[in-house]
Amino acid sequence: MSFFKKISEGLRKTREAIAGQVVSVFRPGRELDDEDFQHLEAALLRADVGPEATDRLLAAVRATLKDAAYEGTPADALRDAVASLLGEAGAARPAADSSERPFVTLVVGVNGTGKTTTIAKLAHHYVRAGETVLLVACDTFRAAAADQLEVWAKRVGASIHRQQEGADPAAVAYDGVATAKARRVDRVLVDTAGRLHVKANLMAELEKIRRVIGKVIPEAPHETLLVLDATTGQNGVMQAREFDKALGLSSLALTKLDGTAKGGVVLAIAATMRLPLGWVGVGEGMEDLIPFEPAEYARALVEDVPPPA
Amino acid sequence: MFESLTERLHGVFQKLVGRGRLSEQDVKDALREIRRVLLEADVNLDVARDFLRAVEARAVGADILQSVTPGNQVVKIVHEELVTLLGGPAPSGMQFPSNRAAVLLLAGLQGSGKTTTAAKLAKHWAGRGKRVLLTALDLQRPAAIDQLEVLATSIGVPVHLDRETKDPVALAVAARRRADREGFDLLVADTAGRLHVDDALMDEVARVHASLEPTETYLVLDGMTGQDAVQSAQVFTGRLPVTGFVLTKMDGDTRGGAAISLRAVAGAPIRWLGVGEKVDGLEAFHADRLASRILGMGDVLTLVERAQERLDVAKAAELEKRLRKDRFTLEDFLQQLQEMKKLGPLEEIVKMLPGVRLPAGARVDEREMKRTEAIILSMTPLERERPKVIDGSRRKRIARGSGTTVQDVNRLLRQFEQAQQMMKRLGGKRGKFPMGVR
Ligand SMILES: Nc1nc2c(ncn2[C@@H]2O[C@H](COP(=O)(O)OP(=O)(O)OP(=O)(O)O)[C@@H](O)[C@H]2O)c(=O)[nH]1
Ligand SMILES: Nc1nc2c(ncn2[C@@H]2O[C@H](COP(=O)(O)OP(=O)(O)OP(=O)(O)O)[C@@H](O)[C@H]2O)c(=O)[nH]1
Ligand SMILES: [Mg+2]
Ligand SMILES: [Mg+2]
Repeated sequence: MSFFKKISEGLRKTREAIAGQVVSVFRPGRELDDEDFQHLEAALLRADVGPEATDRLLAAVRATLKDAAYEGTPADALRDAVASLLGEAGAARPAADSSERPFVTLVVGVNGTGKTTTIAKLAHHYVRAGETVLLVACDTFRAAAADQLEVWAKRVGASIHRQQEGADPAAVAYDGVATAKARRVDRVLVDTAGRLHVKANLMAELEKIRRVIGKVIPEAPHETLLVLDATTGQNGVMQAREFDKALGLSSLALTKLDGTAKGGVVLAIAATMRLPLGWVGVGEGMEDLIPFEPAEYARALVEDVPPPA
Repeated sequence: MFESLTERLHGVFQKLVGRGRLSEQDVKDALREIRRVLLEADVNLDVARDFLRAVEARAVGADILQSVTPGNQVVKIVHEELVTLLGGPAPSGMQFPSNRAAVLLLAGLQGSGKTTTAAKLAKHWAGRGKRVLLTALDLQRPAAIDQLEVLATSIGVPVHLDRETKDPVALAVAARRRADREGFDLLVADTAGRLHVDDALMDEVARVHASLEPTETYLVLDGMTGQDAVQSAQVFTGRLPVTGFVLTKMDGDTRGGAAISLRAVAGAPIRWLGVGEKVDGLEAFHADRLASRILGMGDVLTLVERAQERLDVAKAAELEKRLRKDRFTLEDFLQQLQEMKKLGPLEEIVKMLPGVRLPAGARVDEREMKRTEAIILSMTPLERERPKVIDGSRRKRIARGSGTTVQDVNRLLRQFEQAQQMMKRLGGKRGKFPMGVR
């Protein structure tokens, strides 16, 4: 399936759910009244955008429409507001030099969001691009976590570094990255155990993993990816904030967008911090990963509005 | 973000002081704040709307208008209505048929916590003298069978599995037959995660259900879920006769508003809360506590319960006596720290305390506690009893011994002195929490 097809498949339901409501609001050639705004507010809130970011987006729409010279429809205004919020959030972080080898990505997040599966998908992506990939199994806590990663490693054609259950995850990280360096592997993907961001000891453990990786390769990890479940509500804001504070995140991956959840919490996150969204997960298979496109996502949220008559 | 409702309403009602009556506008303002709190807690939009109508109907009542503290009155109404909506205490028990095994089927979205919860529930019932069998019906996810097997071994419960088959319905039938034949009291069935929009997989789990004839069917839902909880729960309960919910990952800082949505749209009661990754991280559900949590009002009851369960009562009494007599030493302080640790991570405790909201982004530092402990442990009994004797060279020794710095030691001594002075002032007052809990 082409990437574009995947995007539309993955976001189709989002589109359908929101489009209907937006269409009814934006009848062409009509001034927006309070009722319209309530409809629109409801659509955003139902998508988990959250009250704060919703207010902010609606204020932007209002401001745009006030300008008599503005020629677009209200839908255009909302789409632009969404895209620019995501764009602003994405622009600020300097990305690491992607030609570094080995390029080390540390993958983190709360429990069950899809870290291990996303690593498998990324590994598949890089292997297909002709790179050599090593997966490092730092989740030594959850039952059979390393087995899960190993199955994926075999399936996608990556190698794996693992130790026994209960091993010190920082030690696994150190050995794994050292191995990658010695073997001149192109990509290292470090899987970590899921952890709730309120657990200070577990967050400290992650900091240690990151530190230890930096001892092997000073610039590493080149990238730290937070995996966020699209069904997550406003708690996602806390997750992004706390993981960022502990580790300094590079970007987000939003998983499970193949359900009915819209993942609007990424807008709530974008309203409070600058953090680009890198990838979107749209299924359980290794192909089900697509690069995130702010404009496409914005369009999916505000689709199919007829132009003014 | 995430201020407590009480604080927010405080702002709304502040301007009432001296007027003493609620206007319609006041009520509207208050409702708007309540709505915001509910939405930030992930209560479903439509559910919130219906809920607010019920609150409004009660809030405009005359006795509120006369009340000296209308803010508190409204919060009380909101809380009561939430408790009503969440439902009374749900039976967390099970009926065990006499002629065959009871069956507990777990279903839900991907990654919600089904496998972990299966092990927790198996352990729970095994601990109550039941003969329990687990079965691994997730034939999809890599190493899902291994995961359940490892968990089963760790809790000493047998597990029925088949690594060859790709047919969960056939495996369910086999597990059911074995549980009945071998005289197990309970079969706990773990299934693969699935999306409610995946018709083929929803069909499959319905067939698994039909073949197992479960006593209870629990939908396992991530406590951090947002607005989508309503949709997925509706579809699952439409396809399966769900008899209860398990809300997982409640050991974080999610407000858990999804619970309200569940109760409002899907009917079945919430049975259990998942509160940890380990197999003992399971708690009974209490509507009043969850209501407080959703409103950001702390969770004193859980804390009190934990204190009763885990704290050494005799020690606490002794400590309290010393406190009262003004004989609180560093040794006591150390003991208090060690007792505190039994209540759970400090962060969690702080969250349960009403009115104690960490400023946004602030974090309780567990390491600080460890440092303090290390410093006191490096002191001699005399030093712990009479900190006044700790001079410069002793400070250096203590710092070296505990792997800290002299500044750390100084800070601790200063803090201790302040604490001692505070204790003096509090002197005779009762109920020092948590050490005074009986
Ligand atoms: N539908 C769907 N399911 C997904 C997606 N990504 C992951 N999953 C499923 O979500 C579940 C959890 O995924 P994992 O990769 O094990 O999640 P994790 O974050 O590594 O979990 P822990 O290590 O236990 O914290 C699995 O059943 C995955 O198949 C996705 O994009 N869509
Ligand atoms: N903190 C916390 N973590 C939990 C809780 N319940 C489950 N988890 C974690 O959440 C992640 C997913 O749990 P699983 O039991 O594998 O979830 P599942 O529903 O079986 O996942 P799939 O089979 O992939 O659909 C794991 O990392 C668990 O350790 C809980 O109550 N608290
Ligand atoms: Mg994992
Ligand atoms: Mg599972």
